[in-house]
Amino acid sequence: MKMSGAEILIDSLKEMGADTIFGYPGGQALPIYDALYDSDINHLLTRHEQGAVHAADGYARASGKVGVCLATSGPGATNLVTGIANAYMDSVPLVAITGQVPTSLLGRDSFQEVDITGITLPITKHNYIVKDIRDLGRIVKEAFYVASTGRPGPVLIDIPKDISAGEMDYHRNGFLDLPGYNPPRKGKEELLNQAFKAIAISQRPVIYAGGGVVSAAAHQELKQLAETLLAPVATTLMGLGGFPEDHPLALGMLGMHGTKYANYAICDCDLLIAVGVRFDDRVTGKVESFAPHAKIIHIDIDPAEMGKNVRVDIPIAGDLKIVLNQLLERLEARLAGAWQDKVATWKKEYPLEFNEKGSGLKPQQIIQEIYRLTEGQARVTTEVGQHQMWAAQYYTYTKPRSFISSGGLGTMGYGFPAALGVQVACPEETVFDIAGDGSIQMNIQELATAVDYQLPVNVAIMNNGYLGMVRQWQEILYNRRYSYSEMKSPDYVKLAEAYGAEGYQITRQDEVAEVLQAAIQSQKPVLMDFVIEREENVLPFVPPGKALNEMLG
Amino acid sequence: MYHTLAVLVENSPGVLARVAGLFSRRGYNIDSLAVGRTDNPTISRMTIVVEGDERVLEQVSKQLHKLVDVIKIGDITAAPHVDRELVLIKVNANANTRGEVMQIAQVFRAAIVDYGHKNLTLECTGNQEKISAFEEALQPFGIKELVRTGKVAMLRGAKYTNITKTKEED
Repeated sequence: MKMSGAEILIDSLKEMGADTIFGYPGGQALPIYDALYDSDINHLLTRHEQGAVHAADGYARASGKVGVCLATSGPGATNLVTGIANAYMDSVPLVAITGQVPTSLLGRDSFQEVDITGITLPITKHNYIVKDIRDLGRIVKEAFYVASTGRPGPVLIDIPKDISAGEMDYHRNGFLDLPGYNPPRKGKEELLNQAFKAIAISQRPVIYAGGGVVSAAAHQELKQLAETLLAPVATTLMGLGGFPEDHPLALGMLGMHGTKYANYAICDCDLLIAVGVRFDDRVTGKVESFAPHAKIIHIDIDPAEMGKNVRVDIPIAGDLKIVLNQLLERLEARLAGAWQDKVATWKKEYPLEFNEKGSGLKPQQIIQEIYRLTEGQARVTTEVGQHQMWAAQYYTYTKPRSFISSGGLGTMGYGFPAALGVQVACPEETVFDIAGDGSIQMNIQELATAVDYQLPVNVAIMNNGYLGMVRQWQEILYNRRYSYSEMKSPDYVKLAEAYGAEGYQITRQDEVAEVLQAAIQSQKPVLMDFVIEREENVLPFVPPGKALNEMLG
Repeated sequence: MYHTLAVLVENSPGVLARVAGLFSRRGYNIDSLAVGRTDNPTISRMTIVVEGDERVLEQVSKQLHKLVDVIKIGDITAAPHVDRELVLIKVNANANTRGEVMQIAQVFRAAIVDYGHKNLTLECTGNQEKISAFEEALQPFGIKELVRTGKVAMLRGAKYTNITKTKEED
């Protein structure tokens, strides 16, 4: 059948099961937009390309499907860059499509030309520029396959205008040409045997679980592993929800702002089973003192993560779900002993806690209230900073894909557009973006998108009039010299109303539950300005470069 | 320590940038890199000489594996292999010195590929030590221009590096 490049693109997207695109049109993307006009693909117009890529990312994280975003060439493409880097760092399956100047104008500094494949080389799992319309269908399929298999990640396809506007006789076929792409699946037998031996002689095992558990949908296997070994489970920020936090073996988050008992358990264990993690510096603290007494088994889909940051004794590359099942087949249940008692004592002695007294609202208490009123069933996104850590600490996550946050890149302005993507993926669910007054101002324009598509997300701003985490570091590490971290906000109530959303300002304790309840009930997007204690700190805090047991607070 | 990697890659635009970018981004030192297409026109072969200890090498090779365009990587340093480099040197040579330069060329089995009134251009092939010795021998005459290809290498005997084995089986 005679089809244009743009029609082939849309047909291939549908073939790959993509029914939703977040995008923003422009000159070189016009042929694609013209084809979208007749298609039944659900396209959401954001107010900034960064909003589109974060929304696609949120959509992907909530649904487990590949997120798709679309932008024009030049500035449209560069506005995607932060979002692509964000998806790359957190291993989110994403296909980013950009318009490009016609092939005849490439390399001539044409209007709105930018070398986006060059720019995104280090932040994509793979990328393509389509120079021949006959390659287009195959490239789209490869992009989805590469993005969603192995260690997931973003793939960019740059499509020059003469390719999207060109025509060819097209028929679907399943051909992929990826001779160099073979992600590992099963763990090697010899390494599994070493793992069994290490497990058998261990007295104090701990599981350190990350985002890979969520990506691989291996949460059931993880739970089974923990229950079989009676091994306490510490989760990373990305792993929250991968293990139910109300489980007796749950240690909550480890690392820089982890619970004391999680960090103590890591420091004291004699066997660390690291699953779907990458030993980030925010997790390990001082590398030399990380799990100093432990033999380390590392299970991950990406062999390059093994031994990258921390020495590993038993590196098992493979699909987490498959490898955990390989282990579970042969493991026998253990009985509780002194180790489990010791961990239980730590949990009792050093709970997560905050000073409930103070002049302003307590952010921790607000988040606990959100947890209570949503019965732990909300999808929570966050921006980046203090509120993100409080959201990680004080909401109890029990299901995978319920906590959606910018972990690796730490992108302020991520949470709100991501929440829109989450709401699109989960239209019946309650979605909260827990935000700070700094972060929310980075992509506030997406309020228009939220109103436009009637996405009833609830934005809870923890407003302390500071870039709170910057201020906290300045307080502790820079002798209270608050250099450019104090920040004024607009009137969020008026702002919300101007956009056609609902706005509330909350200053008193007794208003918190009432406003939250109203927001949850509302069919509109709601902006809640919680005026919180200005100098509240995130604790515990392991200062950078310190060992995990050298925490403050 | 220097390692010699034989890397098979897809012969696609941008693959050199991907490989070179990976090395600079992750702070690995490339000593030399030679690339050209193989008997299969869709596949190119790179010979990369990289400096680093075992740990660095393991990371280099794992990170290279992650590039979708990279089909296969072999570290052939420890195995018996042939390695060669080619150099072109334009050296001063007048009526008085020309004879001596040509004698040196003969000793090194170098070919004279261009003959001028004031200079000679010589082509020499060999391993890196030989090339360096050749360069040193010509230094006193005044080298006007010098270009080296970087090392290419191949396993000796019946062993070979090709794409029939997938990366996973390495």
